[in-house]
Amino acid sequence: MGAAEHSHSGSNHGSHHGPKYYVKMWAVLLVLLIVSIIGPEFGIPLLTLITAFGIALVKAYMVAAYFMHLNTEKRYIHYMLYTMLLFMALFFAGVCVDVMRPKGENWENKAALSIIEADKVRMSSGVKEKEH
Amino acid sequence: MAAHVPIATGRSVTGIATGKLAVWWVLGSEIVIFGGILASYLMFRMKYPGWAEQAAVTNTYAGAVNTFVLLTSSLFAVLAHNAAENKDGKKAFLYLWLTIGGALTFLAIKTVEWSYEIMHGYTISSHPFWSFYYLAAGIHGLHVIAGAVIMAIVSFDALKGKNLHRVELIGIYWHFVDIVWIFLFPLLYIAK
Repeated sequence: MGAAEHSHSGSNHGSHHGPKYYVKMWAVLLVLLIVSIIGPEFGIPLLTLITAFGIALVKAYMVAAYFMHLNTEKRYIHYMLYTMLLFMALFFAGVCVDVMRPKGENWENKAALSIIEADKVRMSSGVKEKEH
Repeated sequence: MAAHVPIATGRSVTGIATGKLAVWWVLGSEIVIFGGILASYLMFRMKYPGWAEQAAVTNTYAGAVNTFVLLTSSLFAVLAHNAAENKDGKKAFLYLWLTIGGALTFLAIKTVEWSYEIMHGYTISSHPFWSFYYLAAGIHGLHVIAGAVIMAIVSFDALKGKNLHRVELIGIYWHFVDIVWIFLFPLLYIAK
């Protein structure tokens, strides 16, 4: 075993909390899960956004910080993860202008347009079926 | 002892052990993989209303139960790490197998869910939404399988009190798999 691994795989956080602490965190995560399921049932878009996606961010933070011990991990790991998230954001910014527009001034995405048309037909026929 | 250990195993420029650093770099690359999939999904979902219509078919309860299963398996993984830190290999072994139990339960629920959807005509080629659905959940499922296999290998070493630091390493990976699902759940099952 390497020298660094003697200190438990190089953790800079020494001994962690006891099992009770982790069970408490798990219970909080379950409460958040229940809220994220109930919230969207009201059908209010803003509430859905907050309860479904806002709470997902909180849950992900809790798992990363307390279960993965990222809150006590070396800064190097944080910088590496932020860099990867930045790459993701760059990817999003780079392609969203194409993906979110099926046609422009001098071009059109025929495959995307045909899917949109097919969706429109299916959705309108679905509405008609409901009306009957 | 040092003569039998490869230099890369003990050397640590960053102050982080090589194994742990490797796991974090794997997860860094995973962020780009899953991030790309989720970002693409978001773009299509926000722009094209037909996707919401397809998403309405997914079973929220199956997704919710699987979220509960993965959160609980994450608890077992961190308890295994805790036991390994206390040099209790037997307890770590037990908790690792409880985590594997979570992985198997997750996969069983996914199998039932997918069978139902495929039988009702929602296949990977029926609509771009389902292509993304099967791609994202499928790649995630492969990670669950890989995690369970690695955990089983690590557990038998832990039982003998060997390489206990690996319990933490597989735990970090497992929590990441959990985090990916935390984002997949609202995207595929809740926002309808």
